[in-house]
Amino acid sequence: MAKVPVQFTLNGSEKAEFIESGTTLLNALRDKIGDTSPKGGCHQGTCGACSVIIDGELRLSCLTLAETCNGADIKTTAGLAEGGVLHPLQRAFLDAFATQCGFCTPGMIMAAKVLLDRTPNPSREDVVEALSGNICRCTGYEPIIQAVLVAARANSQNAA
Amino acid sequence: MAIRRGRGVAAINYPTGMNLGGDPTQALVHSTPTGNFMVTLSSVDLGQGMKQIMAQICAETIGVPTDRVVVDTADTDTGPHCMGTFASRGTHRAGNAVIQAAKEARQVMLEVAAEELEVNASDLETDGQGNIQVKGAPQKSISIFDVALSAHFKRGRSISGRGMFLIPRSYPEKETGAMKPSTCYAHACTVAEVEVDDETGEVTVLTVKNVFEIGRALNPKMVEQQLVGGSWMGISHALYETTEPYYPNRDHGGTDFNQYLMPGPGDLAETEIIVLERPSADGPFGAKGPGEMCANPQIPAVANAVFDAVGVRIDTLPITPERILRALKARAAS
Repeated sequence: MAKVPVQFTLNGSEKAEFIESGTTLLNALRDKIGDTSPKGGCHQGTCGACSVIIDGELRLSCLTLAETCNGADIKTTAGLAEGGVLHPLQRAFLDAFATQCGFCTPGMIMAAKVLLDRTPNPSREDVVEALSGNICRCTGYEPIIQAVLVAARANSQNAA
Repeated sequence: MAIRRGRGVAAINYPTGMNLGGDPTQALVHSTPTGNFMVTLSSVDLGQGMKQIMAQICAETIGVPTDRVVVDTADTDTGPHCMGTFASRGTHRAGNAVIQAAKEARQVMLEVAAEELEVNASDLETDGQGNIQVKGAPQKSISIFDVALSAHFKRGRSISGRGMFLIPRSYPEKETGAMKPSTCYAHACTVAEVEVDDETGEVTVLTVKNVFEIGRALNPKMVEQQLVGGSWMGISHALYETTEPYYPNRDHGGTDFNQYLMPGPGDLAETEIIVLERPSADGPFGAKGPGEMCANPQIPAVANAVFDAVGVRIDTLPITPERILRALKARAAS
C-alpha cells in the first residue's frame, strides 16, 4: 500500500512521518514517533487508555486515523511535564496513589486534563462524568477521582 | 413493587501461598562497586508494589536507605526461582527470601568494614544512612560506598547473599486427612448495605465497610491502595463480572470491554477501610498477604444483604437482576 505523508504538532514540536494509509494515530504515535504514553488497551474505543488531546478535544487515538490529523495540535501525557517538573495532575496521581499497574493512567490524565482546562473547579460529579469513558482494573476509581479533585484545587490556588 | 434495603455481613480467613509441589521462592542480593544493592528476583511486579516492598525489606535488613536498593525482576528465565506472583504470596515468600539473602550480604559487608577499620565485625553496626560504625564509638566509621570499593578493588570479596524460602509440600495424614495446605492466614470482615429494586432486580451497593487484618502493613499507603481497589473488585465480582453468564453454556459471554461488565466511576459504593495489624510469626517483618483476600468478603456480604433486602438466596455469581427476578418469581410460585 502506498505510504502517505502526515504532519502534525506533538506536544509542541513538529512531527512529519510517512505512514501506511489506514494507520491509527495510536500506532503512529507509538511505533513511528516513539511516544508510548498512549496505551493500546482494546483497540476498539471502549477502554480509554489511548486517549489523547487533539486540538483541545479528548480523542481516542485507536479510533483516529493518523492521516486525518494533518496540521493538528496533539497533546499526550508524555508532554505534560515541563522542564522535569510534573504537571499538577501527574503530581496529584502520585500523591493520591491513584495508579497501580499504570496502564490506564495516561488516558485518565488526558481525560482529566480536558476537564480541568474547561472546568477549573469541577464537582465530584463532573469528575466522574469526565472519567466515565476510561476503564481501570486496579484502583477502584476512588483514588483517581480524589487525585483529579486535588489537582483542580492546586490549579485554582496557583491561579489565585 | 419497591426499593428494598438490606444489610449483610461476611468474614473470611485467607491463606498465603499454596501447596502444590512445595512453595519456594529464591532471591539473590549483591552490592555494586559503589555500595548500592541489587535484589534479583523472578517474582514479577504486576503493579501491586512488589519492587517497592522488596527494596524496603532489603534496605531494612542490610541497614541502608531504601533508595540505595534496586530491585530487578526482569527475567524468569535467568533469575532465581520463584513460583510466581499469585496466591497473595509475593510479599511473604519473596520477602522472607530477600531477608535471608540480605542478611548474608550484610555479614560480608560488615566483615570487609571490619578489615578496613581493624575491629571485630561483631562490634559493628549500620547507622541506616549509608555508614558502618563501631558500636558505642560512632566517630569510628566508614561509608558503605568505601566498603564496597574496598571489597571490589582491594579485598576481592563479593558483598552478596543467597536467600531461599520454602514451604514444603504438606501431605494429608492417611487416617484423618489432616494437613497444612497453606500458611499465614489473613482475615477480613465486611458489612455491605444494598438497595434492591424488586421490580427490576437491580442491586445498588450503598456502603461497604471493611476491616482487614493483614499482619504488619509494610507500606501503609500501598496497603490502603490495594484494599480500596480490592473492595471495589469484590463488588464487581458479586454483581457484574463473568465471562460465562449461563455457564457452562457460552452464550452471551462477554468478549471485549464493551460486553464485559465492571462498575465504573459512577457506580462506586461508599467504601470504608480499616486495617488491623497483628504481625505474623513467620512473615517478613510480620507481613501477611493482603493481595487476593481483599476482594473476597464483599461477595458473601452482598449476597447476604440481598437476602436481607428481598428474602431470596442467590448462590450463583454474579448476582444479576435476572437471577434475582427468577428467584423472586420462584418464591412467589411456591
